[in-house]
Amino acid sequence: MAAEKMSLSKAINASLRTALESDPKVLIMGEDVGKLGGVFRVTDGLQKDFGEDRVIDTPLAESGIVGTAIGLALRGYRPVVEIQFDGFVFPAYDQIVTQLAKMHARSLGKVKLPVVVRIPYGGGIGAVEHHSESPEALFAHVAGLKVISPANASDAYWMLQQAIGSDDPVIYFEPKRRYHDKSEVDTAAIPGPLHAARVVRPGADLTLAAYGPMVKVALDAAAAAAEEGKSIEVVDLRSMSPIDFDTIQRSVERTGRLVVVHEAPVFLGTGSEIAARITERCFYHLEAPVLRVGGFHSPYPPSRLEDEYLPGLDRVLDAVDRALAY
Amino acid sequence: MTVESTAARKPRRSGAKRSTTARDAKKQPEGQTELVQLLTPEGERVEHPEYAIDPTPEELRGLYRDMVLTRRFDAEATTLQRQGELGLWASLLGQEAAQIGSGRALHDDDYVFPTYREHGVAWCRGVDPTNLLGMFRGVNHGGWDPNSNNFHLYTIVIGSQTLHATGYAMGIAKDGADAAVLAYFGDGASSQGDVAESFTFSAVYNAPVVFFCQNNQWAISEPTEKQTRVPLYQRAQGYGFPGVRVDGNDVLACLAVTKAALERARTGQGPMLIEAFTYRMGAHTTSDDPTRYRSPEERELWETKDPILRLRTLLTREGLADDAFFAELERESDALAKRVRDAVRAMPDPDDMALFEHTYADGHALVDEERAQFAEYQASFVTAEEGI
Ligand SMILES: Cc1ncc(C[n+]2csc(CCOP(=O)(O)OP(=O)(O)O)c2C)c(N)n1
Repeated sequence: MAAEKMSLSKAINASLRTALESDPKVLIMGEDVGKLGGVFRVTDGLQKDFGEDRVIDTPLAESGIVGTAIGLALRGYRPVVEIQFDGFVFPAYDQIVTQLAKMHARSLGKVKLPVVVRIPYGGGIGAVEHHSESPEALFAHVAGLKVISPANASDAYWMLQQAIGSDDPVIYFEPKRRYHDKSEVDTAAIPGPLHAARVVRPGADLTLAAYGPMVKVALDAAAAAAEEGKSIEVVDLRSMSPIDFDTIQRSVERTGRLVVVHEAPVFLGTGSEIAARITERCFYHLEAPVLRVGGFHSPYPPSRLEDEYLPGLDRVLDAVDRALAY
Repeated sequence: MTVESTAARKPRRSGAKRSTTARDAKKQPEGQTELVQLLTPEGERVEHPEYAIDPTPEELRGLYRDMVLTRRFDAEATTLQRQGELGLWASLLGQEAAQIGSGRALHDDDYVFPTYREHGVAWCRGVDPTNLLGMFRGVNHGGWDPNSNNFHLYTIVIGSQTLHATGYAMGIAKDGADAAVLAYFGDGASSQGDVAESFTFSAVYNAPVVFFCQNNQWAISEPTEKQTRVPLYQRAQGYGFPGVRVDGNDVLACLAVTKAALERARTGQGPMLIEAFTYRMGAHTTSDDPTRYRSPEERELWETKDPILRLRTLLTREGLADDAFFAELERESDALAKRVRDAVRAMPDPDDMALFEHTYADGHALVDEERAQFAEYQASFVTAEEGI
């Protein structure tokens, strides 16, 4: 199989299939991942082809899912677990934070935990409570975890391959509102480094940094700004732990301005860390303070208000204008 | 314990002393796997030695009316979802007897902790059904004051509310109050750590809480066997309180057993687990596709156990309800459906500034700052449109 156009969710499915085929130690675990193929059909057909021993419908218990995945990993397996929705990871948060993240250090490097936790995240799909959250900063803050999020099908395919191949636990956030977006996936390509950010649109006046579901919004904003003669560079971070500050720095050294966009609340979020680091690194290159656009310090609202809560084109362009006005 | 004996008991003093251990908890009949049943699928009354009940014709008609109106409300909500008026709906179709039977066993000052599917229980508590639709429409996260009907908000995170129920019940016991708590959850939820912990706490503190598990056979696509290898009601024994399995499609059995369990709790005898053996006739929610994981035959089999039909058979055969009653109920159903439809369509979207309300009770500087910034941002559009 070479280059092929597929949706982001199909790319994840293909990636899981490749992993199951190439390594008998890889397991898929989660609620409804078997017969149903997951509530988003991301694991569709995998149980049929690989059996109930490899694609495991688990009891409805997130702490149990992650806790047993840790045990399986200790025994040499490479579990890829699915948490059904962002807001349901918290029963497993204890296992992830106190055990999954720390066991390598605690064992002085003797124990490796190649566990991938897949979490469909983010809003914009008109769902009820707990189905639209962006808790990535809560995980990125925890040492021992790697936290990544693809923004397109190709990254969805390759980053998952790399996550499964990693001997460290990886939290893999899937931008659920982009599940149906299609793009080219070359399954024979050689992927770049997992944690490298990527300039997805070059520009000269300002850098927009985004990841996951917000990359599309950033690209749309850049296109809209271009019509007004503004040249915006867009950087897809791809990884929130570690963060590729070098790529952002190089971009900001060219453009002199940075706006970070994410769905998660701005306060103490990924954007805060980027703003602080880039200010340290690029103080003399910056023409404006680093601005952040994101969610508010409020619970994720009922869906009829999510358009106001989520950063859209207008709020991003507003920040762009403010940064350019300095 | 029978329901008559419960009813015959003298009114209890408020603040009755509660035992603080489970020492007087009733022994669980060993190995009992059969359902408590008082009304067969054929609409025949049957006796049960422990859970007898003798409802008046009026009470029977009342239970029937509750079930019919609840089903109609549920069907209307499903339709409204299909028409795009609701983002999602979790139907209770098939679970009317479990919910109405248990819901009608409650006293006013008892407290209910529901999941997201307890529309029939909400009905029994007097919550206006249109209030249940706000969260499914996406205009709020709740829509009713839990304390005005002693019916807590719907809880979507599976199992969480069982601990809240237990804590609330511990509070009732501390207050010496004459009330109990009824906590609902599903068969899938029985796998959650929170549910196990609520069993532990309720047993250790002898809390006046009744756990009502609606085993509708499925947790989305996963059958009960993917959650447990023993009948769910038997779990209780390991924690030190009784568990009983009741025919969840038999409204009389659900009523009788829940009454008895609540009475046990109120009189200081501690928690009890009721497993209502029932069936989710529809999809898990309107986003679910049950054809991917279960057969049509299964549903057909359960249709023969329909909770509403069997009570109707009884009412008709015994001449307890006439055509006029059924016709009037039909009119009432239509009126309810129309009221719900109109109310949902008229439900306004929340104001943008609602984003900044109620995050804190005492207020918060960061929220104030974000509110001001957002207001200024919104105002900039108006200014631009006005060309100022
Ligand atoms: C902690 C958590 N994990 C996953 C979900 C997603 N989810 C919603 S309902 C459901 C199945 C619940 O099954 P059950 O407890 O049997 O109740 P039922 O819906 O059948 O009444 C799942 C997995 C959730 N809401 N909360």
